[in-house]
Amino acid sequence: MTNIVVLVKQVPDTYSERKLSEGDHTLDRESADAVIDEINERSVEEALKIKEAGEGEVTVLCVGPDRATDAIRKALSMGADKAIHVSDESLHGSDMVATAKVIAAALGKTEYDLVIAGNEASDGRGGAIPAMLAELLGLPQLTHARQLTVEGTSIKVDRETEEGLTHLEASLPAVVSVTEKINEPRYPSFKGIMAAKKKPVETLTVADLGVDAGEVGLGNAWSTVLEASPKPPRTAGQRVEDEGDGGSKVAEYLVGQKLI
Amino acid sequence: MAEVLVLVDHVDGEVKKVTYELLTAARAVGEPSAVVVGAPGTAGKVKESLASYGAAKVYVAESDDANGYLVTPKVDALSTVAGQASPAAVLVAATSEGKEIAGRLAIRLGGGLLVDAVGVNSDGSVDQSIFGGAFSVKAKAAKGTPVISVRPGGVEAEPAEGAAAEEAVSLPAVDAAKSAKITGVEPVVGGDRPELTEASIVVSGGRGVGSAEKFEVVEKLADALGAAVGASRAAVDSGYYPAQFQVGQTGKTVSPQLYVALGISGAIQHRAGMQTSKTIVAVNKDPEAPIFEIADFGVVGDLFNVAPQLTEEVAKRKG
Repeated sequence: MTNIVVLVKQVPDTYSERKLSEGDHTLDRESADAVIDEINERSVEEALKIKEAGEGEVTVLCVGPDRATDAIRKALSMGADKAIHVSDESLHGSDMVATAKVIAAALGKTEYDLVIAGNEASDGRGGAIPAMLAELLGLPQLTHARQLTVEGTSIKVDRETEEGLTHLEASLPAVVSVTEKINEPRYPSFKGIMAAKKKPVETLTVADLGVDAGEVGLGNAWSTVLEASPKPPRTAGQRVEDEGDGGSKVAEYLVGQKLI
Repeated sequence: MAEVLVLVDHVDGEVKKVTYELLTAARAVGEPSAVVVGAPGTAGKVKESLASYGAAKVYVAESDDANGYLVTPKVDALSTVAGQASPAAVLVAATSEGKEIAGRLAIRLGGGLLVDAVGVNSDGSVDQSIFGGAFSVKAKAAKGTPVISVRPGGVEAEPAEGAAAEEAVSLPAVDAAKSAKITGVEPVVGGDRPELTEASIVVSGGRGVGSAEKFEVVEKLADALGAAVGASRAAVDSGYYPAQFQVGQTGKTVSPQLYVALGISGAIQHRAGMQTSKTIVAVNKDPEAPIFEIADFGVVGDLFNVAPQLTEEVAKRKG
């Protein structure tokens, strides 16, 4: 029996133009289409595979505004059993430290053997929340997994980063994050989509979690954005047609720029 | 002057270039102190090169467990040293592991976490480039010690003399129930090419390359330039080149001095991973390819004519 919590984040679609709000430099959620982060579909898929190979329950945990419900329903329609949605306006502008504390507190309210997250969200690209959760919860961290195996109460992971492969081993409970290569996520079936509408979603506030209100939100963050501005777009430079001398022209350009 | 801790990024005592960039960045804020975590004997191998980039002190945290567990020994070492040195900031490389170390350390120290900086300023604030280079951001820690991860290639390394005075640090015993044990490693075999995120020149191929075999034309130009090889998502998805070389939103972010895009259309997905490159050269058959909108020098033509000619020209100039 392996009970799994899958962390899910709703992000602006990477194919739409992403912006920061001019007022407080937080993510402008209205300007772009909101989707479940691609990597989280793989996290859900991996949880479902473990559940299907044995026994257990898959709970989706999402911290985000009300409309993140769409991301939660997507995960439920793939086959997760239930969800916890931490939604509270006071969370607006929380940094990674505060976010990790809120997720850790929500995990404290549930029974689990394994936490599965994506290795890095496509918007913030902090790539550290799973590690920070392991730190807060005092659990082993098996992150950037391209393959994972659960056997009884032990877990083995092949971690893949720019350094290469690292083989890891720990005992449950543990925190795992997965990379793009872990699996190919299933598409929700029509039946799954219908069933998702009836699955329980528990909505919790910061107060419900017992997190100190003085530790969350923009004003209490451990880091502050001082300035943010869209970068002037790169402009096109010289362009030539290849008339049999394209390679030489590039070489001349590179010599002129002192690049070769 | 306040100390600034720099975690030395190395593989078995071979120091990575990003470490010198971190030591350079640290000098803007205070006096750099290198922190070496590794198997016994590591510090002896790295000390001299750390001194040549201005490390005033070298904290040495060596133990047999240092390479035996994931991430936690490095966090233990940094938090131990931070406890005694009260540094103005802690700098680590913004690699997969470095970002995780920084995140855990920020929790442990109650510090402000600043991720993937491309510049570190004298007041401890940092410059960041987000959404694939679409936005520039300046941020600082609001509470506690700033814990900063710095993007490889973000800061240019400059040599400086440092005393590199050694100081031993004893690592606390690893709590096996709270750590993941490393049972084996298979380092990337990159051959003679530089690592993608560390390279000053990157030559990438896209769908236009057409097959795995033909990627040779990309590799030959890369080797002539002493460059790393990259690939677009389209090329990786088509099986032309392995995924670890993917540049883009879902792959690596690179900002080399020179980026050469061969047969890459320049979808927003790809641009997010390379548009902060200093100079961009693009070769594409399609004059409408969006890559030309951001290229400093573009050639409309067949990459199989242009790239080999360029390879030859480069080789000629190198004699």
